[in-house]
Amino acid sequence: MTQDQAFYTALNALNKAAYVPGENPRLYDKDPVPLKNRMARENKIVESLEKAVELSGLQNGMTISFHHHFRDGDHIVNLVMDTLARMGFRDLRLAPSSLSDVHAPLIQHIKNGVISHIETSGCRGALAKAVSQGLMDDPMVFRSHGGRAAAIEEDEIHIDVAFLGASSCDPFGNANGYSREGEEKSMCGSLGYARVDAQYADSVIVLTDNIVGYPNVPFGISQRLVDYIVCVDDVGDASKIMTGATRFSTNPHDLMIAEMTSNVIVHSGYFYEGFSLQTGSGGASLAVTRFLREAMIEKNIHASFALGGITGAMVKLLEEGLVSRLLDVQSFDLDAAQSLKNNRFHQQIDANYYANPYRRGAAVNQLDVVVLSALEVDTSFNVNVLTGSDGVIRGAVGGHPDTAAGASLAIVVCPLMRGRMPCVRDHVNTIVTPGNTVDVLVTDQGIAVNPRRPEVAERLEKAHLKVTPIEELARRAERITGKPDPLPFGDKVVGICTYRDGSVLDLIRNLT
Amino acid sequence: MLFVPGNNPGMMSDAHIYGSDALMFDLEDSVTLREKDAARLLVYHALKTIHYGDCERVVRVNPLSTPFGKADIEAMVAAGAQVIRLPKTETAQDILDMEAEIERAEKQFGIPIGQTRMMAAIEGALGVVNAYAIATASPRLVAIALGAEDYCANLKTSRSLEGSELLYARGAIVVAARAARIDCIDTVFSDVNNEDQLIKETQAIKQLGFDGKSVINPRQIKPVHRVFTPTQKEIAKANRILAASREAEARGSGVVALDGKMIDRPVVIRAERTLELAYASRAVFEEDEV
Repeated sequence: MTQDQAFYTALNALNKAAYVPGENPRLYDKDPVPLKNRMARENKIVESLEKAVELSGLQNGMTISFHHHFRDGDHIVNLVMDTLARMGFRDLRLAPSSLSDVHAPLIQHIKNGVISHIETSGCRGALAKAVSQGLMDDPMVFRSHGGRAAAIEEDEIHIDVAFLGASSCDPFGNANGYSREGEEKSMCGSLGYARVDAQYADSVIVLTDNIVGYPNVPFGISQRLVDYIVCVDDVGDASKIMTGATRFSTNPHDLMIAEMTSNVIVHSGYFYEGFSLQTGSGGASLAVTRFLREAMIEKNIHASFALGGITGAMVKLLEEGLVSRLLDVQSFDLDAAQSLKNNRFHQQIDANYYANPYRRGAAVNQLDVVVLSALEVDTSFNVNVLTGSDGVIRGAVGGHPDTAAGASLAIVVCPLMRGRMPCVRDHVNTIVTPGNTVDVLVTDQGIAVNPRRPEVAERLEKAHLKVTPIEELARRAERITGKPDPLPFGDKVVGICTYRDGSVLDLIRNLT
Repeated sequence: MLFVPGNNPGMMSDAHIYGSDALMFDLEDSVTLREKDAARLLVYHALKTIHYGDCERVVRVNPLSTPFGKADIEAMVAAGAQVIRLPKTETAQDILDMEAEIERAEKQFGIPIGQTRMMAAIEGALGVVNAYAIATASPRLVAIALGAEDYCANLKTSRSLEGSELLYARGAIVVAARAARIDCIDTVFSDVNNEDQLIKETQAIKQLGFDGKSVINPRQIKPVHRVFTPTQKEIAKANRILAASREAEARGSGVVALDGKMIDRPVVIRAERTLELAYASRAVFEEDEV
């Protein structure tokens, strides 16, 4: 290097110093050790969860988060909360993407003051029942997947420490919901919801039972976002995380609803070459995929993409060339997870990409058709997927309001009655998805179209699909079931159901 | 015709939604002895309360030889059942006895005499031998049906997939029904998971001349309807035959040729039948026609 006059002129012009080897302490020294030794020496693996928690700087009163990709097989939430309780933490605020049956042990942590507040998409089982009975002083806040992503991005939820389970992780933090190195102990496919937490949390701890070689790519969560890695015995119970392909229902009600729904889609005006769709994982909405497949083959129609919760049924459409791309925020079964791992047109997306309500480009806004299930629908087309007919919390908001608002045609499927309970009624227990975003209701006893969409009703009638006023469906149900007694709600608010933008849609009260 | 056990309120509450042409509420074999009274009451209230739409409402009652038959008939006539189905019909006298009970009940409940129709199930060798006498025993009779399980037991054989043991009974029942100008309905296919065989059997009995088939699960309705529904090609052909025949009639000519084939009376009748079936199965809609 010639350090002539021109060199110093250039330094002055740039206001820079000349390079001197070893001078800048921020630069790492060249290290000639082989990668395998480096991985052993300079990784992010911490010897214990306690140590990782200490390093993360977690304090009482802070917000911690989890993902729900391990569903009912999840061991992470209970493991972490038991550890934090042992370490003496109090007043923690939990912001998991969702909770399920397996999280009943949280009841004790709430009673003992370890947990003071919970924000989630859903809650089920004993914990949900206890919350409904007034377990918590602070109401549980329910957000949709898109609403949660936006709240995190806008710092309405500030995650101090995220504890994220992964089916595989390399020593530097590239984490996945599957493994490319031999057999994973368990797989969950997409880590879509966890990716938002990884991106915005102050500190990110990945918990895994499967350390794999660097680089674990393509990654679900980038090493760039991960601070510490903790090895655990198992992240979850593989048999409860996911099994095989979600099986098709043989329930004749489900099949009938599914077939009618497929017919509705075909004649709705949104069934064209290159259309886009999302179907859920419930018995009926899953079966829609099968009936729609037949219609797509018969009429030679292909979909540009399918979104969502991806199932094996949707994977089949991808593999048959009936759907060109899959956008997968959450894999519902093993077939979906395997496809995500092996098919490059099956793309993992995060919750922001999926459903952020403030982004015009969010994937839900590119949907032509979404098929959603429901616990209850009222005559204003408001939908409840959160509380049961007994008033107890027993479901999840999920992407319901996000996709209903985004899709050009939101179809809700629901039997007219479940057992002795009417599912189409004058008022739903809890409004989760407002009726102004729901276009069609398909029940086993008839199709109703939201009066806001007269053109859709007209198209269906032209195709000889009988459209019944929703009030008539509600009356038909009531004629058989009778009018249910009012539920014994108390005055305490135990849950707040928010809309995608965080505004309050409905309150859930305690049961006496 | 969908069989609905008379002791299952869950199935009764919405049995009509699956698109079967008729519902048969069963008070007989699917109801155990100790539940006979409860089932009768349940079906009575279901018929009184639930709007079954376009579905024809048939009730299979217990035979008059049992302690339940009479009460069944009374309750079902009072409830407004459209058709009472008599099981194990062996002779014309069985029909006459049943008719007398129905008429008595109609009088008792102020229902127009003759409004309640009848259907007879033939489930034994004697019934098959007497098929024509049974089919013509009463003007109330709208159909006869084959009950294969009892029939096979009576014949000292068992049911096979190809159904050779039923060939004679099926033929006899179709012929008797046609001679009496009433409908004939085939027996159930009991393996609900074997759709392929259900379709094969339905094609075979349609070819024999049956008007319909009994089903025991809503999932069997669609395959049966598919077999009985004329194809668009058959419908188009039927339309052309009828058009040609109308044209011939206008010209005052009895016989006409279409595509080089003679169109005579039986061909026209078959074409009319095809269109009737097409409308009934909603394969075509009258207002759609050009």
